[in-house]
Amino acid sequence: MIQPDPFRQARLAGEQLHPFHGGLRLRHNKKISCETPIEKTALATRYFVPLLQHTGREAEPMVSEGQRVMKGDPVGCFEHLGSGCIHAPTSGTVTAIASHANSHPSGKEGVCIVIKPDGLDQWTELEPIADWQNADPAELITAIRQKGIVGLGGAVFPTGFKVSEASQRGIHTLVLNGSECEPYISCDEMLMREQPDSIVLGARILQKAIGAERTIIAIEDQMGVVNQVLSKAVKRSGADKIDIVKVTTIYPEGGEKQLIQVLTGLEVPSGGRPTDLGILCQNVATATAVARAVTEGKPLIERIVTVTGNGVRRPRNLLAQIGLPIANLIDQCGGYAEGASRLILGGPMMGYALSSDSNPVIKAANCILVMTEDDLRPVQPEMPCIRCGECARVCPAQLLPQSLVWAIRNSLWEETEDLGLGDCIECGCCDFVCPSHIPLVEWFRFGKSSLQAAARERDQAKLARERFESREARLEKLKQERKTRIERKKKALQDRSDKQDEIAAAIQRARSRQDRKS
Amino acid sequence: MSRTFETGGAPHFPPHSSVAGVMLQVIYALMPAIAAHAWFFGPGILVQLILAIAFALGFEALTLKIRKKPVRLFLGDFSAVLTAVLFALCVPPLAPWWIALFGMLFAIVIAKHLYGGLGYNMFNPAMVGYVVVLISFPQAMTAWLPPLSIAQDSLGLLDTMVTIFTGNPPSPLSWDAITQATPLDTLRTGIASGQMISEARQSPVFGDFGGLGWEWIANWYALGGVWLLWRRIINWHVPAAMIGSVLILGTAAWLADPGNNPAPLQHVFSGALIVGAFFIATDPVSGCTSNRGRLVFGAGVGIITLVIRRWGGYPDGVAFAVLLMNMAAPLIDRYTRPRIFGQ
Repeated sequence: MIQPDPFRQARLAGEQLHPFHGGLRLRHNKKISCETPIEKTALATRYFVPLLQHTGREAEPMVSEGQRVMKGDPVGCFEHLGSGCIHAPTSGTVTAIASHANSHPSGKEGVCIVIKPDGLDQWTELEPIADWQNADPAELITAIRQKGIVGLGGAVFPTGFKVSEASQRGIHTLVLNGSECEPYISCDEMLMREQPDSIVLGARILQKAIGAERTIIAIEDQMGVVNQVLSKAVKRSGADKIDIVKVTTIYPEGGEKQLIQVLTGLEVPSGGRPTDLGILCQNVATATAVARAVTEGKPLIERIVTVTGNGVRRPRNLLAQIGLPIANLIDQCGGYAEGASRLILGGPMMGYALSSDSNPVIKAANCILVMTEDDLRPVQPEMPCIRCGECARVCPAQLLPQSLVWAIRNSLWEETEDLGLGDCIECGCCDFVCPSHIPLVEWFRFGKSSLQAAARERDQAKLARERFESREARLEKLKQERKTRIERKKKALQDRSDKQDEIAAAIQRARSRQDRKS
Repeated sequence: MSRTFETGGAPHFPPHSSVAGVMLQVIYALMPAIAAHAWFFGPGILVQLILAIAFALGFEALTLKIRKKPVRLFLGDFSAVLTAVLFALCVPPLAPWWIALFGMLFAIVIAKHLYGGLGYNMFNPAMVGYVVVLISFPQAMTAWLPPLSIAQDSLGLLDTMVTIFTGNPPSPLSWDAITQATPLDTLRTGIASGQMISEARQSPVFGDFGGLGWEWIANWYALGGVWLLWRRIINWHVPAAMIGSVLILGTAAWLADPGNNPAPLQHVFSGALIVGAFFIATDPVSGCTSNRGRLVFGAGVGIITLVIRRWGGYPDGVAFAVLLMNMAAPLIDRYTRPRIFGQ
């Protein structure tokens, strides 16, 4: 069910913004990584390309050990979700397909394709769609899918799947998310400064692929020259359906649901997607990846990573290949500063801590943040909740975090669903303001996984019951069949004996006739 | 060479505030009113504060030890100190020392720890302590003083301490000579004896709106409260609903029968209404958590206070009103849940 275009009905976005509930104004700490231009990383001695880069199942390897690969060759693919593939970040030889430290949120090791580069960095044969403006949307979607494009904002949802779903549902507005909102991260800002044309091109391709009427590029109000640079790029492209809207920097405004609310005043329904409102939201970096995939035929093998924090000597943004060990990125930024004590993939609010810098760069890695002991939360004892309600005041999902924690602690699962546990976006605002230092987000993650486990168990029980019932039905059917067969046989026998009786009677009659004659 | 790191859960930023910080700021916000209290009524309040804090910490440490909880951690959260300060501000400055002892016994041991300690108490501990001594020792709880400006005999620090620790004022002073009924009490007795409000208000204990001295203390409470609002320690909902409901209902009653009902501003500036609105009914643990719930809670406290003042057996009713609404808080919370995003 698509709602009518809210813009046409009411107001043009940008003329009126709609604040979302709660949120935090945080210190940005973005400047430190924005002072130098984006730098390319040097070739590494080994690349570790994980087959699992987001939630869900691992990709199937498409290469074997010892095989030579070119830069951009597919090395892994997904069967499910119709998702795109994983590609070789450089040319070289596959030396192993083995378990290695992975930068996945679970913290577990995963299978990686280990590539030893040959130093030539030679592209495979690329097949760009030169005339994308006249291409069939389906062709564009296929290219997006095959080139392994995923959401680069952090959620890494396969873009091909998202776009193909959107193209079927009827989308009026494409929102390009350029508001980073988490402190420290500046990769999107630097991208918009340096490659505005590529973003606009990506926007136009996406708009065509999904058949949207217009595009809004949302940027933060504190991004300085970005607005100007992007506006010029839009003008250069000649596209007239692309607007740039500045939004106030309040965490977590870069969240898809919050951004859509700010721009349109509409709430993505609970359990639904932006497409339910006729909106598709994509990160600006995803748009450039789409542009490159379509017009140059290049798969997603590199991304811009902000390497920052007080624990790094020279913070900056790097263009890093997927599979590059994080240690190489740190080296390129002058190494660790004194007191470096936590390595985080992502931002300080939602990022997850890595246990080693041998972990590879993955598609989700928008930021490598190194915090020092001074920056970090001092280990303070947890106190009981004093019900101050600050958590509810800052919650952008309008939940009651303290009631939720109470319900989870007491295993009141139905209550947690009533209280909207599933609507929690894990932004960490509640955790940040809690005077009792209760690890609320950890409780919510635990609660969600418990609910999922319970649902799985329910499903399995249902499946088992269905299997049992169908087996019973089958046995019953067999029994019935046997019964009817036996009855038929009996009847046949009966019939036969009846016939024999008749014959015997006829013989008898004939005999008696003969007897009478003689 | 690869380097390994300790991991930890997000968010990685250091915490924004602490329980001790919250409690301390509330205590700071009470300082101006405490100073005003000492200015208008002498040093009795300071002695009561020290007594109450000492007993509160003693009981807190003892119960924590019995409950096998970390003593130092919880003593350092300043919640017991805040309870003691709020209690001391409610008792007469010359109340005997054992009033603080009994009050804190009930506040800390029974109202707080028997219900589970910090964060779990259903009732506001300071108000439980106050109501228990008010009901149990009515005589000792009426030893209120007139403001120094109209007092015939005033006690110095030494005399105050003698009075508090021996239970009697030093000779040749007598209780009758040094104490005086509170403005609310005066009004109540006046109305009961058939006086009109305007006649009862002729007594020198009255100031411009409320009681002489008292109204200034109320102003300082309000100032502290505004500071807490600005610091976002409390939300505006409870004070606004509580004072608003008193103003609206008080105005209606006053317009209907000005002879028997005091002016609405007198209600606001008398007794514990302002301190209640900013410091007592805003207690997060025993109050409501949603904003709509806080409006209901505050309005409930205001209405019940007026009802008790008008028809009840006590001149002021804020403490009873707060305790009654504490009982209703879980129910109010249940029915005032905010709408979840996207639902």
